[in-house]
This record gives sequence, structure tokens and C-alpha cells, in this order.
Amino acid sequence: MPTQKSEIRLMKGNEALAEAAIRAGLDAYFGYPITPQSEVLEYLTEQIPKRHGLVLQAESEVASINMVYGAAGAGARVMTSSSSPGISLMQEGISYIAAAELPCLIVNVVRGGPGLGTIQPSQGDYFQATKGGGHGDYRLIVLAPASVQEMCDFVFDAFKLAEKYRTPAMILSDGALGQMMEKVEFPEEGSLPHQVPTWATTGKKGRERNFITSLHIEPEKMEMINLHLQEKYKEIEKNEVRYETFNIDDAEIVLVAFGLPARICQKAMELARDKGIKVGLVRPITLFPFPKKILSDISKKVNNFLVIELNAGQMVEDVMLAANGRCPVHFKGRMGGMIIQPEDILEEIEKIVEQPIMQE
Amino acid sequence: MQQEILLDGMECVYQKPATLTDDYLHYCPGCGHAVAHKILMEVVQEMDIQEDIVGVAPVGCSVFAYNYMNIDMQEAAHGRASAVATGIKRVLPEKYVFSYQGDGDLAAIGTAETIHTVNRGENILIVFINNGIYGMTGGQMAPTSLLGQKTSTSPYGRDVEHNGYPLKITDLVAQLPGAYYVTRQAVHTPNTVRKFKKAVKNAFEYQKLKKGTCFIEVVSNCPSGWKITPKETIQYLEEKMFPFYPLGDLKVPGQSKN
Ligand SMILES: Cc1ncc(C[n+]2csc(CCOP(=O)(O)OP(=O)(O)O)c2C)c(N)n1
Ligand code: SF4
Ligand SMILES: [Mg+2]
Repeated sequence: MPTQKSEIRLMKGNEALAEAAIRAGLDAYFGYPITPQSEVLEYLTEQIPKRHGLVLQAESEVASINMVYGAAGAGARVMTSSSSPGISLMQEGISYIAAAELPCLIVNVVRGGPGLGTIQPSQGDYFQATKGGGHGDYRLIVLAPASVQEMCDFVFDAFKLAEKYRTPAMILSDGALGQMMEKVEFPEEGSLPHQVPTWATTGKKGRERNFITSLHIEPEKMEMINLHLQEKYKEIEKNEVRYETFNIDDAEIVLVAFGLPARICQKAMELARDKGIKVGLVRPITLFPFPKKILSDISKKVNNFLVIELNAGQMVEDVMLAANGRCPVHFKGRMGGMIIQPEDILEEIEKIVEQPIMQE
Repeated sequence: MQQEILLDGMECVYQKPATLTDDYLHYCPGCGHAVAHKILMEVVQEMDIQEDIVGVAPVGCSVFAYNYMNIDMQEAAHGRASAVATGIKRVLPEKYVFSYQGDGDLAAIGTAETIHTVNRGENILIVFINNGIYGMTGGQMAPTSLLGQKTSTSPYGRDVEHNGYPLKITDLVAQLPGAYYVTRQAVHTPNTVRKFKKAVKNAFEYQKLKKGTCFIEVVSNCPSGWKITPKETIQYLEEKMFPFYPLGDLKVPGQSKN
């Protein structure tokens, strides 16, 4: 098969993510259809037979994530994708993958919940993605794209990080990013080489046997495993925090938003600045590790944070922890698949600015 | 590592296979799991495929199978062993892959994975240890528990109106076109052990042909869960289990019995 050169295309977010996965050297994809991410499975089932790798439609998300476990344990570069209800079904498997320290990519193109909810975009799965999701003390590395270009780029980043730390990585997207079309520049194929890790179960040729498990009956051993995992998450927090800032230096009020709302916030920030209100913006790119330090630093010099999310207020709790009482943290969100408008945010900003400033 | 045995001039007539580790088995005395493990590993040794095989352990009493089988292994979530085995086999198509599962694992919580793995005709071996009970969790009713069988969650005996019928999942599996070889065996006598061993050998030979799933049920015992002595389990197997789960081939390559 011919390897793909770098090129620019106009594409849907879901398709860009799927194309990126092939170019990132995906060995295997296991998934189950669900709107608004089915294009990932559709694109891969169309492309992979003509190119390289393996794609299999499983009988459920439960099966998909356990196939991911098996293939990752066998040393393959492997992924699955789904949307909120499907990701809920995967949680036991994700916990096993994190505990057994297997690298893989899980994509959640979030839709509105709870329950069957709606197929429209949402950020209602922030808690699930960043606080563990399944049982036990574990974390995922969570990347939040805000453009179709990042739907492509973060596939490479996620595989790199997952393999570096032997841990599952998640791309937390949403229904709008999955469906919208934008220009996207793909890197040349083959930029992310992959070697079968020495711990993989590939048959014990010329070495002691490998086994993959998350079971440790003795509490002393189980605590050691937990301590080891927590060490790893600390390393990740030390090395892998990513965020973007806009107009922070002179800002009196700083917006905090991830994913699509961060783009809406940019527009709101412009509208406010046109009115002479000094507004800045922080966009967390990694939701775990969360950009605590920058938010903590900013909290020492601004008057207010305003957190904008497409949920009932989830990341706002992490912003509050980072601000640690040093400045008020406000929240404005929409739910159920509704998308907040720049004007709504501006209105909120004006409300906050009109309030008397809190004294220390 | 195989321990050195000092024979003191005597002839060695039996040795456990090098495909078993020296770990002490945690199984209760008289439990069929131990025999099934040993036979599986004997076949792996005799076929010389120790370096080319990956096994999947379930959640159930055999969760620690990877401590005993001296091969590469993965431990799956409860019920998902055949999905995990699918993931392994799809990325390592030239390796031998098997899952080893209990009746709760394979025929209750993992029924969907079992049916669909076989229906896709995954080129793996599924070893299904049917002891008619949840051994690991302390003897609760399994999907395969017999009518009238007393367990800790059917203390008055399994009642068809309340609990439904024992599930003959092997008969179901045999109906699926993806199944290549389906057989029901036992490991409670030397003769049944020999037959089981032959079935395992067949299954691994067939796996090379890439013709579909091989499925071996072992109608086994659980002295602790059944709350009888190991010796009494032999009688229970023969008088109660085999009449409902008759031993023999359900589907053989070339001469489908369906
Ligand atoms: C999701 C989940 N549910 C329940 C359990 C508890 N559990 C562990 S083993 C088991 C049943 C095992 O029975 P079986 O598969 O027949 O194996 P056996 O011990 O009899 O060999 C159950 C219910 C679990 N570990 N995970
Ligand atoms: S509980 Fe039953 S199945 Fe489990 S080891 Fe003991 S006898 Fe065997
Ligand atoms: Mg059982």
C-alpha cells in the first residue's frame, strides 16, 4: 500500500480523526455504531481494507473495549471510539486497562445526557473522563480538541502519551466537533513508529512468560500497585500539562473553557474588549493533567474567573480548586445539546463586571 | 522453572509438563480445574507450541490460571475472555489463542461475547468448564445449575418457574456456522481425561486451518460449591450432570451433526 503524503483536506471532525489514526499507524480498531461518532467506524471500514491495519465492528461497546484490552496486551497500537452511552458501558474495561497499564486510545464524541439523551453536542462527560469514570483510583490522559485540525493532531499526541506512560488516553470531543467540516492538514504517514513492547503477550519465545492482569489479592501488593499508578499520574501532571491563554496579561476577568466553547469564548472576549472590558481566556487542552498552576497563578491577579461549559458545571469545580478562594469563580453553561452563544457569555461578563469588586 | 528431581537410581515414569509452573495450585482438593489445566498444558508441550500460544484467563476460580500455565496469558474481565481472545487473535493471527472460562463467565455475564465470538468464527479455542455453579464467589446458582439443585442462592432448589431452565449453551453454540468443532467432555476418570486430551489436540490442530471456532465444554465438578466430597462428585456427575449434559461431539468437521 502506498504511504500517504502530507496533505490538506476539507473534512468532518470524525473522519479527520479516523484518517489521522490510520496515518498514526493504527494496528487495530474495535467499535460499535453510535451517533454522533459512527463516521469513525464507517471511515475505517472503508479505508483500512485498502490500506493497513484491522477494523472490526464488535457486538457491543463492552466487547469493543475488551477487544482493545486483548489487542493492546498483545502489543498492538489500538483504539476504540464511541459516544456517551457507549463510553459508560466501557467503564469496567477502561478500569481494567488502566490497572493493567495498557496503552490505547479511547475517543468520546460526547452527546447530551443523562440517559439516552440527545445526539447533539455536550460536555456532560467531563467528570467521567477526568475523575476516573470506572471503579478504583485511576486516571486517563484526557485531550480536548477544539477544531477539526486538533481532532487529527491529538490522535498522534494521544498514542504517544499512552505508549510513553502505558496508560489509556482519551480524546474528549463533542458532537459538533465530530460533525463539522474544516480544513485539516495531515502529516505524512509513518511519523509515529511503533515497536512491540517487551511486556506484550506475543508468545514466550526466547524469554520468560508475560502475563497481563489487574488482580492482586494481597492488600500489600495491591497498595504497591496503587502507589505505582499514583506516581505515574504525578509524573504525567508534572510533564504533560497543555493549555492555551489569550489576553491574560491585562485581564480583569478570565474565561475558562475547553473544546468548542473555548472558540465561542474567543468571540465573546472580542465583543467584551470592543466594549472596553478587559477579558482574557484560558483553554485547558489536557483536562487530565489539569492546568492547575496557570489558573492558580492567574487567580492571584484577576478579579474573576468565568467558566463556560456545555454542562451543568463540571470543570468549574477544578477551576475553583485551582483558585482556592483567591478570586470568585462564576459559571455559565448550557445543557441537553444546546450551544451557548457569544452574546450569552458577554451578558454574563457584563453582569459580573457591574458587581462591586470583592475586597481581600 | 522445572525443579530437579533426585530419582536415586529409580526410573522416571511421570513428570509434570514444563508448560506448568511450579506454583502450588490454589484449587480445592478434587477440583476439575486442576486436571483441565494440566491436560491443556500437556498438549501445549506435546505439540511444542509453548512459544506460540497466548491464553486468556477468566474471572472465576481459574482467574489465576496465568500463575500455573507457563505461557503468555492475559486475565480478562468477568465474561469478556472471548472478546479479549478475539482482540489478541486479530492482531496475532499466526499464534494459537484460547480462552478458559467458567459457566457463570461464559454462559451468564459473557453470553453475548460467547455467541458473537463463535458466530464470527474466530479462530480460537474456547475451553468451557461447566461445574454448574459459581465456584469462586461461594456456590451461587449458575445458568447451568440443574433443576432442583440447591445452591446458596437457590436454597430450596432451582425452580423452573422462578429461575428458568439450565442453559445448554454448547448446544446453542453448535448451531452457529462459525463453530468448527464443538464437543462436550469430562475429566473425572482416566478414560474421560484421555478423550479430553484428544479433543484439545484436535482443537489446536484445527486452529491452524483457520476454519472457525473450536469449543470444548468440560462437564466438571465443584466439591466445595456442591458441598459434597470429591469422591461423591463423581457419582453426582454421572447420575445428575451427564444425563442432562451428555458427553460427546456436537459438531465435528466434515460430519456436521446438525
Ligand atoms: C462484573 C463482575 N460481576 C461479578 C463478579 C463476581 N464474580 C466473580 S467470579 C463469579 C462467578 C464465577 O463462576 P464461574 O464462571 O462458573 O467460574 P467457577 O468459579 O465456577 O469456575 C462472579 C459472579 C465480578 N468479578 N465481576
Ligand atoms: S470452589 Fe469449586 S471450582 Fe473453585 S476451586 Fe473449589 S472446587 Fe474448584
Ligand atoms: Mg462455575
